[in-house]
Amino acid sequence: MARKLPHKDVAIIGLGWTGSILANELTDAGLDVVAIERGPWRDTATDFAISYAQDELRYRIRHELFLRNSQMSVTFRNNAGQTALPVRTWGAFMLGNGVGGAGVHWNAETWRFLPTDFTLKSHLTQRYGANFLPADMTIQDWGITWNEIEPYYDEFEYLCGTSGQAGNLSGELQSGGNPFEGPRSRPYPTPPQKQGYGHTLFAQGAAKLGYKPFPQPSGNLSRAYTNPLGVTLAPCTYCGFCEWFGCANNSKATPQTTVLPALLRKTNFEARTECEVTRINLDNTGKRATGVTFVDSSGEEYEQPADIVLLCAFSLFNVQLLLLSGIGAAYDPATGQGQIGRNFTHQTMSSALGFFDKDKYNFNPFVASGAIGMIIDEFNGDNFDHGPVGFVGGGYIGQVQTNGRPIESTAVPPGTPAWGSKWKAAIKDNYLSTINSGGACHGSMYSYRDNYLSLDPTYKDRFGRPLVRITIDFHDNEIKMSNFLTDKYAEILQAMGAKQIVKKPRKAPYDVTQYQTSHLNGGAIMGDNPGNSAVNRYLQSWDVANLFVVGASAFPQNAGYNPTGTVGALAFWAADAIRSQYLKNPGPLVHA
Amino acid sequence: MRDAHGHFPTVTRALLLGAVFALWPLAAQAAGAIDKQDFNQIERGHYLAIAGDCAACHTLPGSGHDYAGGRVIETPFGHLVAPNITPDPTTGIGAWTDDEFVNALTKGTGRHGDRLYPAMPYTYYTKVTRDDALAIRAYLNTVPAVHHPVKSDQLPFPLDMRISMAAWDELFFKPGEFRPDPHKSAQWNRGAYLTEGLGHCGMCHTPKNFLGADDAGKTFQGYALQGWFAPDITNDPRRGVGSWSVDQIAAYLKNGQNGVTVGNGLMAETIHLSTSHLSDDDVKAIAVYLKDRPGDAGKQEAKAQPAVSNADQATMSAGAQIYADECSGCHAPDAKGVAGLFPSLHGTPFVQQTDPTNLIHVVLRGALGVATKAAPTAPEMPAFAWVLDDDQVATLLTYIRNSWGNAAPTVSADRVSKERAALTERSD
Repeated sequence: MARKLPHKDVAIIGLGWTGSILANELTDAGLDVVAIERGPWRDTATDFAISYAQDELRYRIRHELFLRNSQMSVTFRNNAGQTALPVRTWGAFMLGNGVGGAGVHWNAETWRFLPTDFTLKSHLTQRYGANFLPADMTIQDWGITWNEIEPYYDEFEYLCGTSGQAGNLSGELQSGGNPFEGPRSRPYPTPPQKQGYGHTLFAQGAAKLGYKPFPQPSGNLSRAYTNPLGVTLAPCTYCGFCEWFGCANNSKATPQTTVLPALLRKTNFEARTECEVTRINLDNTGKRATGVTFVDSSGEEYEQPADIVLLCAFSLFNVQLLLLSGIGAAYDPATGQGQIGRNFTHQTMSSALGFFDKDKYNFNPFVASGAIGMIIDEFNGDNFDHGPVGFVGGGYIGQVQTNGRPIESTAVPPGTPAWGSKWKAAIKDNYLSTINSGGACHGSMYSYRDNYLSLDPTYKDRFGRPLVRITIDFHDNEIKMSNFLTDKYAEILQAMGAKQIVKKPRKAPYDVTQYQTSHLNGGAIMGDNPGNSAVNRYLQSWDVANLFVVGASAFPQNAGYNPTGTVGALAFWAADAIRSQYLKNPGPLVHA
Repeated sequence: MRDAHGHFPTVTRALLLGAVFALWPLAAQAAGAIDKQDFNQIERGHYLAIAGDCAACHTLPGSGHDYAGGRVIETPFGHLVAPNITPDPTTGIGAWTDDEFVNALTKGTGRHGDRLYPAMPYTYYTKVTRDDALAIRAYLNTVPAVHHPVKSDQLPFPLDMRISMAAWDELFFKPGEFRPDPHKSAQWNRGAYLTEGLGHCGMCHTPKNFLGADDAGKTFQGYALQGWFAPDITNDPRRGVGSWSVDQIAAYLKNGQNGVTVGNGLMAETIHLSTSHLSDDDVKAIAVYLKDRPGDAGKQEAKAQPAVSNADQATMSAGAQIYADECSGCHAPDAKGVAGLFPSLHGTPFVQQTDPTNLIHVVLRGALGVATKAAPTAPEMPAFAWVLDDDQVATLLTYIRNSWGNAAPTVSADRVSKERAALTERSD
């Protein structure tokens, strides 16, 4: 029997980026808020101190910051004909854990999607005709427009202090920025990061080919910055330990370095860590959430009653909790009916290695940051004519080499033995003179009828709850796109002066052991009616009006960018809708 | 007849009192010129209680009971426990008369004429005006009464005999309300009143003699207590606040950081509970007064003369290496830090105290900066006790204390070793 706790206005599940942003906004509105986080508390000086933060073995290889598979895992299969098996060590993606969530270990590449990404289906249909899209592709419009979401991108960037160069200020193109970006209302809060030699050389090579390179927007700051909440961040030291790591210098925008210090001062906020929400409780109509049930580290079960429930966990777990709580109808790929689990996507990453003459080139790859890099956006979204290429989608292309960490920075030319003195000699010869940009081609992944999330029929967590089952594979459209982007990138490596290039386009089948990114999206997507989405344009559940499901789970498909900028913007957008509309008139904000 | 604060000038009040006595002699005890339930009086008393930081000792952190006592006060002579000062009539001060309260606050006398120990800073509060003392009383009358018996005196024999405090008072206690200096500005006098009186800054910052009394010749020149060193706060250009502007001192007190340094250690609590809640005018007044405390530099021949370092070259270059490896990532290669986040080590008093306790403390154990409304970041410094040995810490600190124009005595490995041992005995 769960112990019933005193009522709260708002119960938030998960204290990562979206949970902390919403908690801050709603406590500002005077609400009494509790955030329930299944992982530990994490602070800079005590959890990733500068005296040990740069430990590749501990954090990169042994996954210290990530969710333990024994606490919660997922099962995986490529298609419905296979039996899914549980993931026992993270591979294709890393799942964050604890306060700050994935916001602690991200690279801090802080992108906005393109305006046409939000109206993708109508845009592509209008430009190329409905028959141009693969029959089983299930992309759709988001139900919001660029002009609506832009102010919230701005809010997230100013929270983070994002370093970048504007490309389009209110319709005026700016030199040195991304000419393809949607009009932005303000410049970035801080100037772009400094660029290394390899990154600079890429920009020169790209410019030689007629492209317009620009610095990647970065949440690793170019200079100190104090955000609107009064919280100060430090300039990045370019140590090259960002993704998989916590930043020891307060230089990376994370919930810890931007929101939590202000949030924790509030008496109407409470955080419960090491407490795992097991379900969202509904009243007997099934149309209203009464709160959540969670279990603490002693195994004690509690019921937390609340007027509003915000589901702010990682995308996969947002979907899992909806399914476990019986909210909405589970997606059925056979009929295409049901919304929970539909349109699950990841990313289509590819790259190429560029080996340069070691006597002429020294890239000092260890001087870097998670979001350093020079980029071209000519082949992203619908920035180019897809008619001749026979696929849709795209991605940014860039030299975004984030580090020269010793264990993994061991690229050697093909033909080198895999071990022994010749291998060692080849590493020595190539370490400083190789362009090894892991995320060089940041390809989109559009949604398909047969890529989805569901509850696993066999494997369960420690409470006996079914794990979430991933069914995903690459489709021809994405593979064609990946080949195309990889070729374009290789051409730039050529123009930079590489003596040898090894292309590594993404290949099917989707491999759950090979790291791509941690950008898992969809499953509880937003849209303009309950027949095509799990949540409305304000991320409010169509089925349970006092439940909002926030995060990348709302993406109808993935764009050719990192998702966090959009996740942050959606959090502010949802918070604004709750504050300015829902609180005045609790109930559905969109009438279907 | 009232002044700007709504108070009757003293002479008028005396006349009024006479009139009241004549009419209701039986109500003499309760009557006065002050309405004890007057909103303004209570508000002023609340502010003054914050300025006096009464809660620092009289509220047990985490207890949820304001002013109910129970916090252990460490003194060089043993432990005392702060009493309950809520209006509870049996375990608090609810039954005390106003005079008994004022006497305790300003004269160090207990309710029945017994002597208080000067852990209660009556030696400073004696400067508090009777009006202000009564305002504090009026405020304390409004806080929830908590029944919480506290045994204050836990000192060993013979110090547990309060009678011994009479002799102490005879020697060291100079009672008397603050008297403004007519040659100084109103701002200076306000600063002096707060600093010397309610603020009881000297309690931590003034060196003590062997009996725990202020060393009168060294006011505000720094004092070691509770595992920290309350630094020099005179206008000394190296160790004191001489290199800070009035605005920087005021910002430090109000916001917990001033672009150069961030409040930490024991001062973090004082900023959190007290100074960050003072008005801009009051923190500025304190700053103006401190800038007029010359300290050692004012009177000695060594006026702005940099101290000569006796650090040898080998130590300095080894220290530079450790600094580059362990410190420069945050404090920056030029040691100027990041405003509001990582303190500057460049010419700052924190690193140039003659006593290196604080530096050793924060390097070994780390530190948590104070968070305030204006500056909520609460920057942290990680602990290095596990990564640097005593020699390395000593070398590093000698380097820091004698680079970028800094000058301060070298730090020995023995000293670090002692602090390391002491730190393991303390939880804070």
